[in-house]
Amino acid sequence: MSVERRASMTVHAPGSLATVQDLGRPGYAALGVTRSGAADRPALRLANRLVGNAESCAAIEATFGGLRVEFDAPTLLALTGAPLPAALNGRAIGMHGPVWAEAGEELSLGLPALGLRTYLAVRGGIAVPPILGSRSTDLLSGLGPAPLVEGTRLPLGPRPEDWPVVSQAPVAPLPEIPVLRLHPGPRDDWFDPEALRLLCTSDYEVTEQSNRVGLRLAGPPLRRRVSRELPSEGMVRGAIQVPASGLPVLFHVDHPVTGGYPVIAVVDEDDLPAAAQVRPGGLLRFRLATGPG
Amino acid sequence: MRNPDAEPDADASPPTEAGRHATAPPESSDPASTPASPADASVPTTAPRPAVHRVGRGALLVELDDLTQVQALHHSLTADRPEAVDEIVPAARTVLISFDADRLAADRLITELRSRDLSPVPNREGTLVEIPVSYSGPDLGEVAELTGLSEQDVVRRHCGREYRVAFCGFAPGFGYLVGGDPLLTVPRRETPRVRVPGGSVAVADEFSAVYPRDSPGGWRLLGRTELALWQTDRPEPALLTPGDRVRFREVR
Repeated sequence: MSVERRASMTVHAPGSLATVQDLGRPGYAALGVTRSGAADRPALRLANRLVGNAESCAAIEATFGGLRVEFDAPTLLALTGAPLPAALNGRAIGMHGPVWAEAGEELSLGLPALGLRTYLAVRGGIAVPPILGSRSTDLLSGLGPAPLVEGTRLPLGPRPEDWPVVSQAPVAPLPEIPVLRLHPGPRDDWFDPEALRLLCTSDYEVTEQSNRVGLRLAGPPLRRRVSRELPSEGMVRGAIQVPASGLPVLFHVDHPVTGGYPVIAVVDEDDLPAAAQVRPGGLLRFRLATGPG
Repeated sequence: MRNPDAEPDADASPPTEAGRHATAPPESSDPASTPASPADASVPTTAPRPAVHRVGRGALLVELDDLTQVQALHHSLTADRPEAVDEIVPAARTVLISFDADRLAADRLITELRSRDLSPVPNREGTLVEIPVSYSGPDLGEVAELTGLSEQDVVRRHCGREYRVAFCGFAPGFGYLVGGDPLLTVPRRETPRVRVPGGSVAVADEFSAVYPRDSPGGWRLLGRTELALWQTDRPEPALLTPGDRVRFREVR
């Protein structure tokens, strides 16, 4: 009986940044390890569902398109997230649905018209060795596989028994300017009463210094009422931390687990995927969350 | 790895009666009783102690008086972890608790947190880790100068106490150790080093630490250990986890 040969794909070009991501490594924050994982988690989950994978399988997170990969075996793939033109050996393919690639074919991604992060899931998932239960690349701690470079060969996992059940998923278009709901605190009382109002009524620009660790925002600075130092405390994804400059930083998937600047408010978890799709130069708006919590 | 149900050791210093109950309000933890109003939760002047702040929908930040209380709450929560709690992150004055908001109401968790015993963790509880150190760090002389001690005295005092891992941060497996000799309290370097070698044993402010791997850093380097502080291919990747006890031993 012959052992099934493991299929793989080889990176020909990574684009500006491409990493392997799954749903991250929860449970290690007390050791200084952040959760990491896909920045736009619903997009990762959808991509996996479209090829019949478990939602937690590892896929490629391509930042601002430009990725080119070759498959060494026939493979079912799906693209989700930031919409972009894509082609298999020059033949245009669509997003948000399963697509069959033959052995030796090259998938190439163009540049997204809107949004930042596109997910490529392949049937069986990417089977690099997990670190602390996850295959995600954590750019802050340096855990997980290195960002993809030309020549990186990625093994694919065994094919699942399930088959995809949809051929095309309806997806809402990305908003031009996402509006993120805020839960004030835990340190809103360290700020001028005006600060939260300012945050909720101004446009903030996502600057070039933004990455998976944090989105550094430019806009009206938020003034503090309490000027003493804050002893470092635990931080969550979505926290809006305000350093001495007054310019807020929105903590992203690879955020440090503790921080020494006060957090004025936290973005609602459900709105973080929209924040993950804003590219440098793009705008964000905030408003107070209503209802319980 | 540790037995959370172990009886406090007989010769550990007993908590004072006042300390044991002062911070636990006589509030019912019966879920059927009126839950604490979320509006009250973050107003420390009127709310019951400790103050609990909401952090988005899925986390709470408990603000405590000192590191001893932080260690006590962390100890209590890891020994008897409330259901649906994902992460418990101790820090200098706070414990961050994140939870699944679909399975656990924040008000209920706040009530539960306020019922926890905040008396000091008995000295003998927690895994003891011994770290062999070769005390030949580049800042040993400077620390001696800053403290007015001889180099041998700095080493003797650094080895002379039992430390506890208060919390982790900065990098995976970097533990902040407390309980050291107060005479060894020195400020960080004015200019941090671009590269501190992994295994460096260092002091800054009231803390000691071991750098888990090469990284930038501004602490003063006393020596070096061969032990692997962080290894992802073992079941417990971090050698030092919050609550562990630590002793440094000089090797030549």
